[in-house]
Amino acid sequence: MADTNLRLVWVYPDLLSTYGDQGNALVVERRAQQRGLAVERIDVRSDQAIPTSADIYLIGGGEDRPQRLAAERLRRDGGLNRAVDNGAIIFSVCAGYQIMGHEFVNDLGEREAGLGLLDVTSGRGGAERCVGDVLGDIDSRLGLPQLTGFENHQGVTQLGPTAQPLARVRFGHGNGTGDGTEGAWNDTVFGTYMHGPVLARNPLIADLLIKFALDVNALPAVDDRWYEALRAERIAAATQPA
Amino acid sequence: MAGNTEPLSPRSKLAVTAGRAAAAVSRAAGRGSGSVIGGKVALRLDPDLLARLAQHLDVVLVSATNGKTTTTRLIAEALRANGGVVSNALGANMPAGITSALAGGSDSQYAVIEVDEKYLAGVARDVTPKAIALLNLSRDQLDRAAETRMLAEHWREGLSSSKATIIANADDPLVVWAASSSPNVVWVAAGQEWKDDAWSCPSCGGVLQRPGDDWVCGDCGFRRPVPSWALHGDYVLDPHGSSWPIQLQLPGRANKANATTSAAVAASFGVAPQVALQRMYTVAAVAGRYDVVAYENRDIRLLLAKNPAGWLETFSLIDPPPAPVILAVNARGADGTDTSWLWDVDYSRLAGHPIRVIGDRRLDLAVRLEVAGVDFQVCGSAQEAVATCPPGRIEAIANYTAFQDLRRVVGN
Repeated sequence: MADTNLRLVWVYPDLLSTYGDQGNALVVERRAQQRGLAVERIDVRSDQAIPTSADIYLIGGGEDRPQRLAAERLRRDGGLNRAVDNGAIIFSVCAGYQIMGHEFVNDLGEREAGLGLLDVTSGRGGAERCVGDVLGDIDSRLGLPQLTGFENHQGVTQLGPTAQPLARVRFGHGNGTGDGTEGAWNDTVFGTYMHGPVLARNPLIADLLIKFALDVNALPAVDDRWYEALRAERIAAATQPA
Repeated sequence: MAGNTEPLSPRSKLAVTAGRAAAAVSRAAGRGSGSVIGGKVALRLDPDLLARLAQHLDVVLVSATNGKTTTTRLIAEALRANGGVVSNALGANMPAGITSALAGGSDSQYAVIEVDEKYLAGVARDVTPKAIALLNLSRDQLDRAAETRMLAEHWREGLSSSKATIIANADDPLVVWAASSSPNVVWVAAGQEWKDDAWSCPSCGGVLQRPGDDWVCGDCGFRRPVPSWALHGDYVLDPHGSSWPIQLQLPGRANKANATTSAAVAASFGVAPQVALQRMYTVAAVAGRYDVVAYENRDIRLLLAKNPAGWLETFSLIDPPPAPVILAVNARGADGTDTSWLWDVDYSRLAGHPIRVIGDRRLDLAVRLEVAGVDFQVCGSAQEAVATCPPGRIEAIANYTAFQDLRRVVGN
């Protein structure tokens, strides 16, 4: 597609698409199209090679065994690491976030190597899952409004020195480390426990990814009425005890 | 083996009586039918009551993510050709509700019992069923339910020692994985429109190849079994190669699939397909689902869809545009509090319909529809949504508690 302005890859929907993860791809696609961009979205199954020259890569959450299979296949493929070397942007969620790190605990209870694209290491928390609405303040260097999301995970992710927390939670658990951090980012690689359609609740994160990809400072405004209404409702809900 | 000929033990009798008393109190207090509280009281007094109540009945269990209440009803109607049937027809599908239903069936021959997916293995162990119908498995309420593949694994372990005839959907790889540990399986090609929980081989984790209606794992060879029954268009194909027309009042492909499975179950009890299918025609609505209700000069069809697979099947049965569609979504306890599944549903299929959006989580739906690029109108109430639609048919699709809310509004 010669006239494509934005190439968007959704990584392994056959394994990592458990909590509405397609929503993140749909939101980026829609908001880019609303800015007049021609978007090519490529859904890459886990028996296919990861293209290395796309702009934005989205990787979602999943169950424990698919997470291990995804990590094995991504390590073998190597394409995601090459894409980041080429300057690509990665936005990863939950199981996908853990895979971006150095290692995580797999379904067999063993330590499984990740891709090392984020300086984080993940393990399992206690028996209690973190489930519910989350509210946090996003790293001020990113210039974004509050983070609103829904979490449903048992993971605990420790950040190393070169990873920055994506946000500090006011309500909810985030990285599960008890220090109030949620998610991580470094340069062009982002990870979060806010699963499913975190970009539907935080459309300006989607815009940030598009701006990084196009290397521009601003995008034309779009009608964010419904996003704003949803954000206001969910931010209020996060501050109420369940 | 007709009816409960042997008397229950004094302890079981007491348990049944205490359960009925608790149910009566619950009803009197206006807290529903009382079947669950009654069953809980009875099971506490006699933990083996479920097994004892079932021992004189020919039991059929029905489990699935979607369609279990309807299929339970269809099988019950079919088996009534042979004898009395007791059933948890209103969908109280956990052990307490099942106990309560069985306690009401002292002179029945058959028990046709819907079972919640999570409880299937345990109930199958307790009641020694003759047949178990397995329809489909897909993502549902992930904030509180087990992971879908783990559920299939749980079924597989629980059913491996069962002597029941398993009647299972050959088109759902997770169901095939769950059933294929059993010695006695009747495979039914019932179809499954939703495929996004089974791209990964349940056996080895390889990627499933899906040429046409077939499926096979490229890595380990786990594949679709050869079905002996099939849904083919509007017909049931039986193992002898005969085809029988399906005539239902219930709409949609999914209900034809449910009827096909039900015909296979009925045949295992000696009810011929044409007899079974004729009896299924009498079912017009199931616990309010599919009911068409006259309200404010409109005919509102009430459709329940609780998860992505259910919504997908529902979209394929509604009237074409310009039929207006009301979408209602809540996220209360019984619905699951996580709304991310809205993003697994392809709402662009509603393009061309006037769409009205209601329910506690109408703003989640609004963003979802905005991103899908379809027009919609957010309304504050069901009354307001109906008032904005022209007289005539309205398709109302709602998830669990939103459906109950809607029924109350339209007086169903």
